[in-house]
Amino acid sequence: MNKDVKVIRVKNLYKKFGDFTANDNLSFEVSKGEIFGFLGANGAGKTTAIKILCGLSYPSSGEISVAGFDVYKERELLKRNIGYMSQKFSLYEDLTVYENIRFYGGIYGMTKQEIDTKTNGLLDQLDLQHSRNKRISSLPLGWKQKLAFSVAIFHNPEIVFLDEPTGGVDPVTRRQFWDLIYEASRAGITIFVTTHYMDEAEYCDRVSIMVDGRVEALDTPTKLKEQFNALDMDQVFLSLARKAKNVE
Amino acid sequence: MDAGIQIDNLSKSYDDVHALKNINLDIKAGELFGIIGPDGAGKTTLFRLLATLLLPDSGKLRLCETDVVDQYKVIRNLLGYMPGKFSLYQDLSVIENLEFFARVFNTRIADNMDMIHDIWVQIEPFKDRLAGKLSGGMKQKLALCCALIHQPKVLLLDEPTTGVDAVSRNEFWQMLKGLKSKGITIVVATPYMDEANMCERVALIQEGEILQVNSPAEIVDQFGKDLYAIKSDDNYQSLLDLREFDHTESVFLFGQSLHYTDVRNDFLIDEIEDYLKNKGRLQLEIEKIKPGIEDCFMALSVKSDQHE
Amino acid sequence: MNRFFGFLKKEFYHIFRDKRSMLILFGMPIVQIMLFGYVINTDLKDVKMAVLDHSKDEYTAEIINKITSSGYFQLTENLQHLDQADAVFRKGEVKLILVFEPDFGKNLIKNSNGNVQILTDASDPNTANLEVNYLQGILQNYNVEINEGRPVPSSVQVKSRMYFNSNLESVFMFIPGIMATILMLVSAMMTSISIAREKELGTMEILLVSPLNPLQIILGKVTPYLALSFINALVIIGMGYFVFGVPILGSFVLLMAESILFIFLALSIGIFISTVAKSQQVAMMLSMFVLMLPTIILSGFIFPIRNMPVPLQVISHIIPPKYFIIILKNIMLKGVGFEYVWKETLVLFGMTIGFIVLSLKKFKVRLQ
Repeated sequence: MNKDVKVIRVKNLYKKFGDFTANDNLSFEVSKGEIFGFLGANGAGKTTAIKILCGLSYPSSGEISVAGFDVYKERELLKRNIGYMSQKFSLYEDLTVYENIRFYGGIYGMTKQEIDTKTNGLLDQLDLQHSRNKRISSLPLGWKQKLAFSVAIFHNPEIVFLDEPTGGVDPVTRRQFWDLIYEASRAGITIFVTTHYMDEAEYCDRVSIMVDGRVEALDTPTKLKEQFNALDMDQVFLSLARKAKNVE
Repeated sequence: MDAGIQIDNLSKSYDDVHALKNINLDIKAGELFGIIGPDGAGKTTLFRLLATLLLPDSGKLRLCETDVVDQYKVIRNLLGYMPGKFSLYQDLSVIENLEFFARVFNTRIADNMDMIHDIWVQIEPFKDRLAGKLSGGMKQKLALCCALIHQPKVLLLDEPTTGVDAVSRNEFWQMLKGLKSKGITIVVATPYMDEANMCERVALIQEGEILQVNSPAEIVDQFGKDLYAIKSDDNYQSLLDLREFDHTESVFLFGQSLHYTDVRNDFLIDEIEDYLKNKGRLQLEIEKIKPGIEDCFMALSVKSDQHE
Repeated sequence: MNRFFGFLKKEFYHIFRDKRSMLILFGMPIVQIMLFGYVINTDLKDVKMAVLDHSKDEYTAEIINKITSSGYFQLTENLQHLDQADAVFRKGEVKLILVFEPDFGKNLIKNSNGNVQILTDASDPNTANLEVNYLQGILQNYNVEINEGRPVPSSVQVKSRMYFNSNLESVFMFIPGIMATILMLVSAMMTSISIAREKELGTMEILLVSPLNPLQIILGKVTPYLALSFINALVIIGMGYFVFGVPILGSFVLLMAESILFIFLALSIGIFISTVAKSQQVAMMLSMFVLMLPTIILSGFIFPIRNMPVPLQVISHIIPPKYFIIILKNIMLKGVGFEYVWKETLVLFGMTIGFIVLSLKKFKVRLQ
C-alpha cells in the first residue's frame, strides 16, 4: 500500500433525493493498493455513494475524484480505470471461460493479442487451463468467484469495486479468493469492498461504517474494535447501527 | 405428537449431480437446529425434501412421526416453510399477505396472534405498506409471520438471513429463540459459520455430505489441535512464508490474523516466531486461541477432501 | 370455500395493481376495435363507375346525372353489353356498374316500377357494401322527388349483385376476429403468466407446501380471468353494435354461452402453458407464438382459410379460434341458431376437456 498516493478522494459529498439526504457530507480518502471496506446497513446510503464513485450518477455537491479523474467531467475516463464485480452478476453463464475473458477485454479496448497472452497467464495462475472452453455454468461456485475477480482486474484498473464478493462461499475457497485480493493489492490495485458481512470486513486494511448517510467510523478493524470495546466487527457494527433512524 | 425429524440414508441426485449423499440426521422435538454449509452444499435440496416438494431417490424421511413421502398432505399442515428466495407477494400489503396465508391454511390472524405477536408488533406500524417496499429485515419478519400463521409444529427456514444486514440478522435470531420457547422445532439453513453458535445443535454439511453433527461447543472441543493466532506487520507475507514452513499443518487467513496449526503436538511457539522474524516480519504477536466453528469446518472439510 | 375466496381476493389485487395487466385487459380491446373499425369505414370519393343503359331515356339520364353530381361517383365508361362487365371489373379501374332495364322510364311511369341493377367488385367487400348503400340512398331520394304530388307512387327497384365475393365475407369479420384474439390473449396469456410469476418469485413453493390442492390453485388462478374475459366479450360486442353497427342477428344468449365456452378453452390452454413454462418470459413467448400468431394468421380472421396453401389449411383445423370465429359469424352475421353451429361447439368442447385433463395431469404437487 502506498499511503502517499490517494486514488479515491471524497470531500464533502452530498447526495439528495428531494428532501431525503442519502449521503450527508461524506469525506474520506483511499490509498493506492489499500483494501478498503465500505460497510453499512440496508438503506444507509452505501449504494448511492458507490454509484457516484463509479461514475454512474452525479453527486449533489462535493469534490470527488476517483483514479485521478473528476466524477463530474471525466466519467468516461474514470470508467475505463475501474473494475467491478458483484456476487450477483459477474460472468455470463452461457459463455465459456475464454469467451467471457475475451468479451471483457474487448469492452476495455484490449487487442486480441493482448487478451490471449494475458488469458494464458490468468488461467495458469488460477489452474483453470483445462476449463478454458467450458461454459461458466458448469464450473463450481468457488471457481466462478475467483474467475470473476480475475476478469474484473483483467484490464489493470486502478480500483476494483467488490460488492459482497464472498457471501455464501465455502470457507476454504473464500481464503483462496482473498489470496487473489491480497495479490492484486500488492500489485497496486486498490480494492473497495462493500458487504453486509462483518467477517469479510475483518480482512480489510481499513473499514468505514455508514449510518444514516454519514460515515460514523473509519479506521483499521483492530482500532475500531478497541474504540468500541468490542470482540469482533459484528459488535462494532451493531453498536453503531442501532443508532440509525433510516432502518425503519 | 413428537415434533421431531428423522432422516435415514437419504440420497438425492439431479442428472449427474449428487446433491445429497446418504444423509442421516435426527432432530429432536423443540430443538433449534442449524444446517451449516456453503452454497451448493445441498441445504436447499434437503429442505425441499423435508417440505414435500421433492421426492428422494432413496432413504426415509419422517417428520412428526409421519412419513414425508406417503403422507405429504398431512405434513403440509404441520409445516411452516420459508424458501430461500424471498417469497411473499410484493404487490400486496403486509396485512394482505398475512391475511392471504391465514386463509390458505383456513384460519384467522386473530386466532393465532399469540404465536406471532412478538414479531407482528415490529411490523404492524407498516401493515399497509406493500411488501415490495419493505427493507430486507422487515421482509424477513413478515415472511416469518406468514410461515407461522397456522401454528406449525416444525418450522423450516432456508437461508433466512442471507442478504440481510447485521442488525436485522441479530434480531432475527432473537426472534427464533423466542419461538423455540413455544415448543416449535426449528431447522435453519445458513452459509454463515458464525451463526452456528445461535443453534443448540448444528450439522456441518458440504458437497452433499454431513461432516459432523453436534452442539457448537462440542464441535469446537473436538477440534483436537492447538490453534494459534499470528499477527504481524504483513499478514499476507506471513501466510506465504508459513506455507513454506516445514511444520505447518494448516495456515489460513482469518481477518486481521492468521490461524495456524502445527503437525507436531509438542513444540515451542518461539520456533515459529523466529522463523517469521528471519523472514523479516515485525510486530509479531502469537497467541494460543480457542477455535471457532469456521476453523472446525475448514479442518473437517480438508479432512474429507483427503479422504476421497 | 374460505380458502378459495382468499385466493380470489389476492388474484384480483394482483390484477388491479398491475398497470400492464389493466392495460391489456381493458385498453387493448377498445384500441383494437377502434383501429379495425375505422380502417374499414373509409369515406367514398370519386368511385369509378360504368353504366349499361338499355333504355336511354330522360329518366335514366336524370338519374345518372344525380349520381355523378353527388361527388361520390364518377362516370368513366358506357357499356353496350352485360358480357363486358367481367372484363371491365378485371381491368380493375371500374368498381361499380349501374344497369338500367330496357324501357326503364316507361316502366317507371306506367307501371310505377323501374328496375336497376348494381354490380359491384366485391373483392374489397367493405367498400363494395358501402358503395351499394350510397347508391341506394341516392336512388331513394330520387324516388321521393318524382313522387311529389302523385297519387300512385312510382319507385326505382334496386337489385345489387356482388362480383368475386358474393357472400360479402369479412365485412364485419373484424368483430369475431377481435373477440377471438382478445379472449385468447386475456385468458390464456394472462393466466399462464400469472402462474409462471408465482413459480419465478418462489411463492409457488409456499402454495404447494400449503394444504391447498392443485385444483384449488388452478381454479383460484382462472376464475378472475373468466370474469374479466366475459366483461371483455360484452365490451367488444357492445362497441361493435353501438359504434360500428355490427348486427347481432342471432340469439344473444347463445352468443354469450359460446363465448364462455371459448373462454374456458383459452383458460385451460393457459394453464397448460404454465405447467410447461418456468418463468414469465417463457410463458409470454409460448403464448405469443403458440396462441397469438396462429389466432391472427391461421384462424381466418385476417386471411381467408380457403386461400391458404393446403398444409396451412390442414393446420388451421387444430386452431381453436377458427371454430369460434365460424360460430360467431354464423350467430352474429347470419342469425342462425344452435342447429348450425353444434359441430363447431362440439369441437371446442372436446378441446377444452382435453386441455383440462392434460393440465391437471401435468400440474405437479411437487417441484419435480
